[in-house]
Amino acid sequence: MHVQALLSILTWLPIMGGLATLLIGDAQPRLARWCALAVSLITLALCVPLYAGFDSSTAHFQFLERLRWIPQLHAQYALGVDGFSLPLIMLTAFMTVPVLIAGWTVIDKRPAQYFAAFLVLEGLMIGVFCAMDALLFYFFWEAMLIPMFLIIGIWGGPRRVYATLKFFLYTFLGSVLMLVVLIYLYLQAGDYSIAGFQSLPLTLIEQRWIFLAFLVAFAVKVPMWPVHTWLPDAHVEAPTGGSVILAAIMLKMGGYGLLRFSLPMTPDASRELDWLVIGLSLIAVVYIGFVALAQTDMKKLIAYSSIAHMGFVTLGAFLAFGIYRATGTLSGAINGLDGAMVQMVSHGLISGALFLCIGVMYDRMHSREISAYGGVINVMPRFGAFMVLFALANSGLPGTSGFVGEFLVILAAFKANFWYAFLAATTLILGAAYTLWLVKRVIFGPVANGKVAAMQDLNGREFLVLGMLGAAVMLVGLWPEPLVRIMEATSRHLLDQIAVTKIPVG
Amino acid sequence: MSILMPDSAMTWMMVRPAITEIALASSICLLLMFDVFAGRTWRYLTHGLTLIALAVCAWLTLTVGAVDSRTVLFDGLYVADKLGVFLKLCAILATGLCLFYSQAYLDRRRIHGGEYDILTLTALLGISVLVSANSLLTVYLGVELLALSLYALVAFDRDSGVAAEAAIKYFVLGAIASGALLYGMSLLYGLTGTLALDKIATLSAAHGAGFVIAVAFIVVAVAFKFGAVPFHMWVPDVYHGAPTSVTLLISTAPKLASFALVMRLLVYGLGADPALWVQMLSALAVLSLLLGNILAIAQTNIRRMLAYSAIANVGFILLGFITAQTGGYRAALTYTLVYVLTTLGSFGVVLLAARSDGEADDLDDYKGLGARDPLLALLMLGLMLSTAGVPPLVGFWAKLWIIQALLHGGHLWLAVLAVLASVVGAYYYLRVIWYMYFDAGRAQTPILKQTGTRLALALNVAAVLLMGLLPNTLLALCTKLIPGP
Repeated sequence: MHVQALLSILTWLPIMGGLATLLIGDAQPRLARWCALAVSLITLALCVPLYAGFDSSTAHFQFLERLRWIPQLHAQYALGVDGFSLPLIMLTAFMTVPVLIAGWTVIDKRPAQYFAAFLVLEGLMIGVFCAMDALLFYFFWEAMLIPMFLIIGIWGGPRRVYATLKFFLYTFLGSVLMLVVLIYLYLQAGDYSIAGFQSLPLTLIEQRWIFLAFLVAFAVKVPMWPVHTWLPDAHVEAPTGGSVILAAIMLKMGGYGLLRFSLPMTPDASRELDWLVIGLSLIAVVYIGFVALAQTDMKKLIAYSSIAHMGFVTLGAFLAFGIYRATGTLSGAINGLDGAMVQMVSHGLISGALFLCIGVMYDRMHSREISAYGGVINVMPRFGAFMVLFALANSGLPGTSGFVGEFLVILAAFKANFWYAFLAATTLILGAAYTLWLVKRVIFGPVANGKVAAMQDLNGREFLVLGMLGAAVMLVGLWPEPLVRIMEATSRHLLDQIAVTKIPVG
Repeated sequence: MSILMPDSAMTWMMVRPAITEIALASSICLLLMFDVFAGRTWRYLTHGLTLIALAVCAWLTLTVGAVDSRTVLFDGLYVADKLGVFLKLCAILATGLCLFYSQAYLDRRRIHGGEYDILTLTALLGISVLVSANSLLTVYLGVELLALSLYALVAFDRDSGVAAEAAIKYFVLGAIASGALLYGMSLLYGLTGTLALDKIATLSAAHGAGFVIAVAFIVVAVAFKFGAVPFHMWVPDVYHGAPTSVTLLISTAPKLASFALVMRLLVYGLGADPALWVQMLSALAVLSLLLGNILAIAQTNIRRMLAYSAIANVGFILLGFITAQTGGYRAALTYTLVYVLTTLGSFGVVLLAARSDGEADDLDDYKGLGARDPLLALLMLGLMLSTAGVPPLVGFWAKLWIIQALLHGGHLWLAVLAVLASVVGAYYYLRVIWYMYFDAGRAQTPILKQTGTRLALALNVAAVLLMGLLPNTLLALCTKLIPGP
């Protein structure tokens, strides 16, 4: 099965579908919903030929598309996928479907615009992962802020304006520095191709500055401590769908950026400054873990848990240098990279699912306070089962996807430094503590009050959504091999890239 | 014909590139006559005839006035080149759009005399003359013709105290700037013995202290015309005090003239040693970026906010010039064009949203616009995001090109400053979106339909989006217009 210009279709079909949904208008919400769902399902279906046609034995970009775009700036419309982008594209296409279904009847304010915004966002996010040209990457990366800004601002909670402005300005601030760096690299390299940037020789001083500018841009997005403060606000105020996309996909952009830009473009600075990223990651894992423990708002708790889990991604991505220093070889370093990637996919599924669960409860109770709940499982047994499954996955139970990524990263961390592994492993306790304590207070125990007693169990639509995600979490957990195999060659290629210095001789 | 006047063909060829000015001046005379003699019954036609006259001027400029290479006319007073022709076309288009957008607004406020259209045309004539100037005298002529027309336009609503105050401020400060310009020019003339810019260009390399003083005076005048800090004081008051339709005009076409002023005077005339003016412009640019963006945050009136935004954007345009490289001039040209296009749209929205009893220029008036008038709000959304420099809108490429020119010229810190300033700027553009979409509106009189204006505005914003997706044509055009390495 071969589809022409598959990546362009994956990128532009949702955007065009979003515009069509917008044109259908809020006056015909039914038609708008079905149109949006159909587009997202077609997009998801198009991931099948993408996966089937992907050759996992090579690190080269595949499904290449190249068109002249802006010859004056030597920027091309160049799309391609490799082992890092493929899983994230599939995750994006997969997660948009439950988000749309979850908002089916819940969103009664400007429904067509809501569905349109998510479709446009989906297209732009896929564009970010496909772009092989740095300018095109930046184009999608920034454009993505617009629909999310509107989603939080229009359909969010009471403090939505503060949250969405903070979200936009934080990310914008991080990104503009990246833009300066990209233009700087362009002036050195002569065009905007990412591959060209990766092979461009740079002195150590240049690399340091470039690395730091990239780090600011990507750290805001991940988000890493201490630039994480926009995330809890954005999550709390965003509508359920917005939280899901934010946690599941948008945070992954930061991790993806580190793998695609920081490591291969500035390997020497990464080697020199890996302590910085590792230190911040460990702070995220340990400190933010404790912060999560103290939350009284369910969404905030999951938001902090996201920061802690994303700490594993940044940690895994930068372990290779420590392993080389400790053992003199790069054997085992691949576990760090694979772990980071698996953790991204897994966190996308789990955090998305948890936000959907909170959405299910919020739709019934209109409260996110943990203290407002108790004994939910007595009235909502089917929901309770899902919630417990996702909670266990979030705390890294073997057999769920949450285990695979964390285990691989901790494995790699042991090779680099015992204390890295020790601190990272505290997540097994902390993560279990805050997640299971949440479950204990919300799901188990006697029915807390009359409002909880009046809650209805999942309807078919919600069951479908949570079922989809539950199956995916179990699948990645029990059989991670296809996922790891997809990215294997690309990870090895990245290790080769960072093992070679880019400092020009003489 | 040729037997009677053997030189006429020759003469025609000699004035041919100046067809824009000739056509404009003739139109002004004809329209003035028409307006006087048409009487009450037919006067309403003046507006339509003005638009037709503009279309004819544009057509003549494009067909008759087009030049293949740089041509100097009228004993070196006047130069015709590709850049000039293009800027004139843009100015005609922008003026035409201004008049088209303002029609209903002026009718509603009952200040739509034929003089309005004619003063707009004289302003346009001033821009044309300025764009084609090759002599200090022609520069001054253009600057004054433009400025005097604008002073009168600002005070056009004679019953409005605010407008009169703005006009007086504009006039007094503008007169000082003109004085400075004239003084700088007289010094230049004294030092070089010529008024012709291309002769000054060859002489200016051998400069002394007098030259620096002359250039300083000229830069002050340029900064005033552009509205760069610290010569920006008139901008917020004039933008706020003038009728919105005049604000629309002042914020668009004259920016093209200011760009041409810098190109003709500083880049061509005094380009042999850019160090003379680069530092002065750097200071102006940095101050404009910082002050414009920061003060815009504090505004509660959208016209004052856009005024400070204009100051900040002028900072960006000046950044292109301080590279003193062809790439920077091209970037400045792109930025100016993009700014004019976007501002036409945003003030067009402000005009359309104006209530029948006055203006809609409090930011609060835009609360809930997304629900009240989805199309208008969507257009404003695109325009604000473009001005903030967010892709996929064309404002992003304008900023990108300036930053690239800065980095190419080695001005890393200015580039960083520029992007950080644009993050500050993003806040107040986003605030308009926040008011329109995130806040509930107060009950208000509905906004008039005005299908024609809406269509034109939609096309305007469509251009902003389309050029944002495919900026290559715009960039290629600007590259062609300013040739060089």
